[in-house]
Amino acid sequence: MSQENNKIAMDIEGYLKEHENKDMLRFLTCGSVDDGKSTLIGRMLYDSKMIFDDQLSAAEGESKKYGTTGEKIDMALLVDGLQSEREQGITIDVAYRFFATENRKFIIADTPGHEQYTRNMVTGASTADVAIILIDARKGILTQTRRHSFIVNLLGIEHVIVAINKMDLVDFSEEVYNDISKAYGVLADELGIKNTYYIPVSALEGDNVVDKSEKMPWYTGMPLLGLLDSMDISKEQTAENFRLPVQYVNRPNLDFRGFCGTIAAGEVKVGDEITVLPSGKTTKVKSIINAGDITEDNRTATTQFAYAPMAVTITTEDEVDISRGDMIVHTKSLPRVSNSLKVMLVWMDETPMEVGRSYDIKRATSVVSGAFEHINYKVDVNTYEREQVHSLGLNDIASCKMVLTQPIAADAYEMNRLTGSFIVVDRITNNTVGAGMIVGVSRREEDAAKLSEKEYTDAERALNQYIRENFPEWECKVV
Amino acid sequence: MTRERLTHLKQLEAESIHILREVAAEFTNPVMMYSVGKDSSVMLHLAMKAFAPSKLPFPLLHVDTKWKFKEMIEFRDQRAKDLGFDLIVHSNPEGDKMNISPFEHGSKVHTDIMKTEGLKQALNEGGYDAIIGGARRDEEKSRAKERIFSFRDKHHRWDPKNQRPELWNIYNTAIQKGESVRVFPISNWTELDVWQYIYLEGIPIPSLYFAKEQDVVEYEGTKIMVDDERMPEELRKKAKKEMVRFRTLGCYPLTGAINSTATTLPEIIKEMLLSTSSEREGRLIDKDQEGAMELKKIEGYF
Repeated sequence: MSQENNKIAMDIEGYLKEHENKDMLRFLTCGSVDDGKSTLIGRMLYDSKMIFDDQLSAAEGESKKYGTTGEKIDMALLVDGLQSEREQGITIDVAYRFFATENRKFIIADTPGHEQYTRNMVTGASTADVAIILIDARKGILTQTRRHSFIVNLLGIEHVIVAINKMDLVDFSEEVYNDISKAYGVLADELGIKNTYYIPVSALEGDNVVDKSEKMPWYTGMPLLGLLDSMDISKEQTAENFRLPVQYVNRPNLDFRGFCGTIAAGEVKVGDEITVLPSGKTTKVKSIINAGDITEDNRTATTQFAYAPMAVTITTEDEVDISRGDMIVHTKSLPRVSNSLKVMLVWMDETPMEVGRSYDIKRATSVVSGAFEHINYKVDVNTYEREQVHSLGLNDIASCKMVLTQPIAADAYEMNRLTGSFIVVDRITNNTVGAGMIVGVSRREEDAAKLSEKEYTDAERALNQYIRENFPEWECKVV
Repeated sequence: MTRERLTHLKQLEAESIHILREVAAEFTNPVMMYSVGKDSSVMLHLAMKAFAPSKLPFPLLHVDTKWKFKEMIEFRDQRAKDLGFDLIVHSNPEGDKMNISPFEHGSKVHTDIMKTEGLKQALNEGGYDAIIGGARRDEEKSRAKERIFSFRDKHHRWDPKNQRPELWNIYNTAIQKGESVRVFPISNWTELDVWQYIYLEGIPIPSLYFAKEQDVVEYEGTKIMVDDERMPEELRKKAKKEMVRFRTLGCYPLTGAINSTATTLPEIIKEMLLSTSSEREGRLIDKDQEGAMELKKIEGYF
């Protein structure tokens, strides 16, 4: 019986007490089919008891039918959940899996490695704090390593663990490990990845996954699980940068009007001076309800102080008009309000993105229609080269100028993932066709709603089109 | 003032509340599925928190297959009374007429007609555009692949290969008339999270989860409880008193009991942590064919 099991058996109340204060870490694993990603995940799940005997025996049965590992259980079948994935032996879509240690609960975004599933990787990366990039020790840095690193960095993941896998196949060579680490360091610098960690592992044999490997005494760092368990992922935040996208207006009776939402950044106190954007009206916080404090017996519990990522309801001193889609912020730290934004856009649909076409843009809780007026450049995710293009296809990533029909309060994605990100919804099919990150906000506040009402002559339109095609650097709007 | 990172349960709680509020804000006619089990109990508790001090802005729907444990029905009605939510109960009237029985017709037919069909009927009658359910991604492999806001066509079908990408905490709620979205606010919770939360928050759950002496018989490889006289007599004759409890609650002839002495929440959690089999091992409906859950979900099952 393991030490933890012993604790559970002897002192369950003590065990529960310890586990009350666990932290949560979300990570994604990147690597292609043959890099041992499924084996690595399978092992982490199995070792932390997230895979049970009945699931294992079901996988045993399926291994005989679809397996690729001979007599051994095909670990991939434990994690590939869809019939078509099992039949084809590949991971098609993102899956979310869980395991926990004494310190942390982990959410793994298990994403496919194939280039045609770039959008799925972006999806998995959008909520992750940490990325594990698997590199086959025999092959070193490949195109897909570059692709995965680019996406991880684009999505603002600040911690990258480079797991140099299959060390058993290179005789646990320190030299191979050093060469790959060094080469990756160059790549990380090129991209500007903030924190990198390197671990030599063998997912298949379990070296440096859960326990430290005896076969690589030269490696003095922690095994993978130990690192995940102990790394500091808290971000420095200034308390003033309070952001509350208003999600829902709670109005049980005439005496109570509460504004509900999830705090996206910073903290808020009763009495704080706040501004509602985009209207710019100001008032003070009268009361705060932290939804987490509500109990079955006390439905009116209030607090003096709340912070991200709590789900709260606040009431205000004055009766100001606040509705869903607005953002409540501290008056002393206002974000820029604009309808003209520079963004990085990931296109996620089979139907190409059309410049100038109207899409619905959902950012936090606001839905505003808008268009991509101009593509500054498309990035080749394998070489990082920039290209001039006129439309975007599935999995393309590009820098664009986005113009909305109404101004919004916008933070750069770099500052805040929740107020700096948006999805693009096709207004006819209703599909999520794109995902974007705000890079910069134009100083000039434009009123596109008014502009679109103006009538242009054919000659004016032709001139406009000529300028946009031949002088893209002028960033001329579509009329 | 110092600000600590929220514990994992507080983070999960905040995420679930965000999801529930998003449903209430974006849809015109949402409904929450209430199956009276532990996951439903947690979801209901989260919803009460999300909208306090108001009452729930949507009704609760229970699809009653008519083969639920007696205690579940009593517990359900008591909760509706205590918390004051609107409760809609639906049973498939045709299935009722045909006297569909899991003993006679088997789990697949029973589930198809009384659960999947019953559910679709109730959803069509109510014309709901968002249906909130308590499914978790750790329950079953195909669930791990599902979105939190999971699109359904006019026929309530799920297309696992054509799901909307779902990023950050931004959920696409756009649909056409007749289409709907299934929403799973506790997707990211595990069985342990659910139990720990029930323990910390003191959430009431049916007493079937706690070990008691019950009349049980062996049936199709699992141990089922004699809950009423509809169980065939030749089976009932073999019943023996045993100390058992349930890890999940469904239709009584399809839900296996486990031998246990766990009579308190910490003991239940201890037993769960030391167990080597999954929560759904006792669910016959997961195993009546390969990829059983995925196929049922494609057909419209939760």
